Amino acid sequence: MPLVEGLSFDLTVIWAFLIAAAVLIYVILDGFDLGLGMLFALERGRGDRDVMMNSVAPVWDGNETWLVLGGGGLLAAFPLAYALILPALYMPIMAMLLALIFRGVAFEFRWRAGRNLSRAGWDAAFIGGSGIAALCQGIALGALLQGIRIDKVARSYSGGWWDWLTPFSVTVGIAVMTGYMLLGATWLVMKTGGELQERMRSRAWPLGLATVGFIGVISLWTPFLQEGFYARWFSGWHIILAVGVGLAVLAIAALMLRALTVHRHEYWPFLLALALFALCFVGLGVSMFPYIIPTRITIWEAAAPALSQKFMLIGAAVLLPIILTYTGYAYWVFRGKVDPESGYH
Amino acid sequence: MLGSFDAVLLARLQFAFTISFHFLFPAFTIGLASYLAVLNALWLWTKEDRYLELFRYWVKIFALAFAMGVVSGIVMSYQFGTNWSVFSDKAGSVIGAPMAYEVLSAFFLEAGFLGIMLFGRDRVGPGLHMAACTAVAFGTFFSAFWIISVNSWMQTPTGFEIDVATGQFLPLDFWKIVFNPSFPYRLAHTVTAAYLTTAFIVGGVGAWHLLRQRRTVYEANAATRTMFSMAMWMAAIVAPVQIFLGDMHGINTLEHQPVKVMAMEGHYQSHEGGAPLYLFGIPNDKTQTLDYALGIPKLSSLILKHDLNASLAGLDTVPDADQPPVGIVFWAFRIMVALGFGMLGIGLWSLVARWRGRLYYAWWLHRAALVMAPSGLIAVLAGWVTTEVGRQPFTVYGLLRTVDSVAPLDAPAVGTTLVAFVVIYFTLFGIGTWYMLHLMARAPGAGEPRLKDVSSGPIRSAGRTAAQDDAPQRSGTIRTEV
Repeated sequence: MPLVEGLSFDLTVIWAFLIAAAVLIYVILDGFDLGLGMLFALERGRGDRDVMMNSVAPVWDGNETWLVLGGGGLLAAFPLAYALILPALYMPIMAMLLALIFRGVAFEFRWRAGRNLSRAGWDAAFIGGSGIAALCQGIALGALLQGIRIDKVARSYSGGWWDWLTPFSVTVGIAVMTGYMLLGATWLVMKTGGELQERMRSRAWPLGLATVGFIGVISLWTPFLQEGFYARWFSGWHIILAVGVGLAVLAIAALMLRALTVHRHEYWPFLLALALFALCFVGLGVSMFPYIIPTRITIWEAAAPALSQKFMLIGAAVLLPIILTYTGYAYWVFRGKVDPESGYH
Repeated sequence: MLGSFDAVLLARLQFAFTISFHFLFPAFTIGLASYLAVLNALWLWTKEDRYLELFRYWVKIFALAFAMGVVSGIVMSYQFGTNWSVFSDKAGSVIGAPMAYEVLSAFFLEAGFLGIMLFGRDRVGPGLHMAACTAVAFGTFFSAFWIISVNSWMQTPTGFEIDVATGQFLPLDFWKIVFNPSFPYRLAHTVTAAYLTTAFIVGGVGAWHLLRQRRTVYEANAATRTMFSMAMWMAAIVAPVQIFLGDMHGINTLEHQPVKVMAMEGHYQSHEGGAPLYLFGIPNDKTQTLDYALGIPKLSSLILKHDLNASLAGLDTVPDADQPPVGIVFWAFRIMVALGFGMLGIGLWSLVARWRGRLYYAWWLHRAALVMAPSGLIAVLAGWVTTEVGRQPFTVYGLLRTVDSVAPLDAPAVGTTLVAFVVIYFTLFGIGTWYMLHLMARAPGAGEPRLKDVSSGPIRSAGRTAAQDDAPQRSGTIRTEV
């Protein structure tokens, strides 16, 4: 469905923003619980691991639902993009799905395991599943940014099975793992106390530095991946925006480090880590818009017809505010620190 | 070895495997969510301990089944694209929106309130906790509503036009798309099947404990008896309703997808003046005959047309290329129907036993109910195979062929992930099922914490309450048992 009449233009942009918002919400929500899963590897104490898992146990399946909305929404609003991206990223996506299964069942099975050995097995599934899922999500993002070979006439993916695997995509994968661990560590600074909190505090700041380093590397690398990116970032007002986003990243990183070490804040580091992710997302959005598959397919080329978008928009307009309300309520019910002595207040 | 399979077959096998495995969990949890809501309401209303005991007993099993349903379900939302990208591109404008509605109206509702349902009783108070239980139950129903709407549209597509240039399905009227002709029948039949599935699992577990407690104490405990009694009421009332709904669904299928019914009935030949109902036979697609057929004359016409002498067309009127594989459809259908009548039998038997005051002492009924515990799961899968394989060789019935729907896949890549899915699903979900059976092996009420102490788990996690409840002493969030 090529460029269509006036109304669908607006709808398409709205849907692009809605899907982007769903992905961003997914990334920050599941980001902290996947990051926490990776940090599991560093905490050997059973009590500490219990506290860590309990801090996300009430919310993890709600967090993952945003991933389903990302996939389902992409199919509904941009079916062509869904049909091109998923075969192109077949391997990382399959690996991510399988990893999420390991991690998801670990939440339940860990408590059912009678023996220490099988508990250790589920802990390993939790750590490995979280790590591989994060790595694959980063690889998928990197592979999308570096470009996907498509046959526009046949409306199909025309690349090979290993196109996604490049130094760039792996770098983005490791960057996402690092960033998620930063989210996880700052989340735990907020949700725990005592020695566990101290250890997380001391882990959060090197993770913060590493994350900022990766953001720098990827930001400088991206313009050279595709000509379209280069032209975009190094022309006109985009340069100013690029410098602005870069300075904002540095400023937020500095504030976060101060909040962690000097002020010893409990929740500001997490909120600032979220801001860091949001800024990266803005940068990504500027790189990509209006393409949904960078420099190949625009959102209008991939869009579903206006009627489909309208039908869904009614549902989204009614249901999304309700969803956000009760999701917020669920977080509120389980607010406060996970206290091993007196429970969750 | 993989080279001998083509990518389309592997993609189909993979999709069939992942969706069949996934379907088992919702088939159980749709009914169980409602059962839990009912138990909780009965507890709030009567304040009888047995209802709370049962709620706490089944909620742990629910948490496990639900988690496995969630993680296997995430796979499904991406497999449409990885395996059926051409179908996604062509039909996405039509089926994508109802699927987005499923996420928005069902998945978020379930996930958002599950935590409160499992662990929030003392945090939010009984009223809001009851509301959360109800929200989860409705969420499972909404999920079934939308996904079955999509599935039914693929069987009986309406409310669209086809773009001549790209071959895409473009929506014209979403009301007609969602409420397509086979949707009401398939929805009623499937949701009722889910309720029966749960009823027979609950009944089987109840029967098992009646049989076990009989060895030590003649009178089983109240929770065990209540569970068995409620399940048998469901079997007695819902099984006949389900057979009626199935008949309606079959007549609807005859109207819209006659070829599927021909395969279900094993009617290779057209029958003038009354078609037989075959009870047995070996379908042979090559010779287009039903070998070793054993049938009752004219009964098929009576069931499908409500007329002994009505003529029914056979597969001889359908080109070979448009026929589904008859053997699979024929036998899957027979398995489903046989199990359905078996369920009806248990239901009637329980009524007789109840009337004679022997419901809790009818040991042969208990043994039969125990054997029938997984019957719902098997029947649901058999029914699913009947309708999905019966749709072949099309994805969108009559309009888009399966071979034209597949992603540009490489056989080795699909084969590798297929093996990975098979190994991982059987291992992980096998262990999960073992954990569920382990929970079911304990009698309700036995080993549960004191009932008045409602303020159990301080925090939710699907495994958590369980952990708390199992622990000899409560000590906040830390599990105390080894």
